[in-house]
Amino acid sequence: MAAMQFGVFSTGYLPQDPPMTGHAVRTNETIQEIITLARHAEEVGLDVFAIGEHHNQPFFSSSPPVLLAHLAAKTSTLQLSTSSALITTNDPVRLAEEYALLQHLAGGRVDLILGRGNTGPVYPWFGQDIRDGIPLAVENYALLRRLWDEEVVDWEGRFRTPLQGFTSIPRPLDDVPPFVWHGSIRSPEIAEQAAYYGDGYFANNIFFPARHYQKLIGFYRQRFEHYGHGTAAQAIVGLGGHVFIRPSSQDAKAEFLPHFRATPFGQGSTLDSYMEQTPLAVGSPQEIIDRYAGMRDLYGDYQRQLFLLNLPTMSLKTSMEQLDALGEIVPVLRKELDRGRPADIPDAPTHASRVAARLERASDANAQERVMNR
Amino acid sequence: MSTYPLDAVTRQLAVISAGLSTPSSTRLLADRLADATAARLSAEGIDTKTTVIELRDHAMAITSNLISGFASEELEATIESLTGADGAIFCTPIFTTSYSGLFKSFLDVIEPGALAGLPLVIGATGGTERHSLALDYAIRPLFTYHRAVVTPTGVYAATGDWGSSGDGPDSGLSQRIGRAASELAGLMRDSARSHQIRDPFALPAGFSPTGTH
Repeated sequence: MAAMQFGVFSTGYLPQDPPMTGHAVRTNETIQEIITLARHAEEVGLDVFAIGEHHNQPFFSSSPPVLLAHLAAKTSTLQLSTSSALITTNDPVRLAEEYALLQHLAGGRVDLILGRGNTGPVYPWFGQDIRDGIPLAVENYALLRRLWDEEVVDWEGRFRTPLQGFTSIPRPLDDVPPFVWHGSIRSPEIAEQAAYYGDGYFANNIFFPARHYQKLIGFYRQRFEHYGHGTAAQAIVGLGGHVFIRPSSQDAKAEFLPHFRATPFGQGSTLDSYMEQTPLAVGSPQEIIDRYAGMRDLYGDYQRQLFLLNLPTMSLKTSMEQLDALGEIVPVLRKELDRGRPADIPDAPTHASRVAARLERASDANAQERVMNR
Repeated sequence: MSTYPLDAVTRQLAVISAGLSTPSSTRLLADRLADATAARLSAEGIDTKTTVIELRDHAMAITSNLISGFASEELEATIESLTGADGAIFCTPIFTTSYSGLFKSFLDVIEPGALAGLPLVIGATGGTERHSLALDYAIRPLFTYHRAVVTPTGVYAATGDWGSSGDGPDSGLSQRIGRAASELAGLMRDSARSHQIRDPFALPAGFSPTGTH
């Protein structure tokens, strides 16, 4: 079992250029390319593929469970995740049912990273209001939790119709629901909720400086310990990242620069200063390894490292080559990040490890009952 | 007379100047307001620790912040020296009938709520007296939005105000500076902002991680 999971995530962005190829053709091509890239991620030895959820242009990824179900059939070891699934505008009942079904189809290779969505106009399309974003996320997740953990649920809240004697179907695989990571960029409420439930915390880590995420992750770790799930060091942390790798540092930068300039974040600063201030690393394999092997010095030992799959301006060929390069550096990173990792730091959660933990808890409870009955 | 704990006899004053030239009359106005405020606090036995922020030095970082969504480490430290102060002086040149773009951009990158309760004086400079009301129709509402405490007196200095004959202690400008400084010093004397610990992770009152209220 791997101490850490490495993988890639995509927002599910649809490139707008070149217009000559026609929108419909480009849409289909992009979706097929994502599938090709996800399968290649498994081929090169990565552990995780995650896809985002959006309902506005210029994205195509409106339904992660549909895409991931397809991938479940096309892959055999890849852990399938979301980056992120919307906990605000989706009905928690649908989330509970769709991801439980996906979990059965994928043999347990499913977890979720949940997010709120930061685009105001999207909320009313689903009958919601972005000003309620945090209360929506917190209430919806609390309900999702109960729908998975409890067979029969009576529930009443602020945002959806009450439930009486409701059972969400199918029941989670082996009665162990998908593991949940709470994604957040700045809200302490989300970190607090992740800590309360003993869930994972995923910091996308790509837009803000490390010092910002250090504080947020530190807060989550502290609250995780407060709620009695383990020590702060044992909290389950995932990080996003962004790399571009070529054999030489100069080539990597020269090739990456036009792609960087075409991104919304690539217009406010130079590539060098952006690399200095955020986890973006562009360079030779050794430079990337050095940068990411240093992540635990900033955030503590952690469980999951995802990299942004590609930028919308990149060709399929370039994106495939980047996966090849990741496939070569990840084994080194695994070794580096494993060195000196204390034995009591949990491995990345998987369905198998969670089923084992559940059995252990059950046998502990039985043993305790036997003692009590004696 | 109020008494203060020993470690509280210093007040932090942040001075923000959006003047673009060097030397700048906007900076000159800011300095005179700062000196007058410090003098009044000193008369009450309070030391003033003044930090001057020349926005022109941070112009690139402010623009970067607008686009990338985060402040550089240096700009972040600069903003913290403002938001953690006991009082502030904000001076801008009047460009095209209003505050300068840089002045507004700086206020745009400050977190909502970070200036709440901060006592401050607003000042502006311009070529002619005809734009003096910009202080009250343009600049004051910015700080009302930020829920800062703006002194009743704002100070506008036109080119004519700097004339040598009228620049003595009895000139209109000096009197306005003195009045604004007195108002600010009074508010700063009672401020404990620089001694407060702000919790960036404070949860809203009544927050429950299970969504119940």
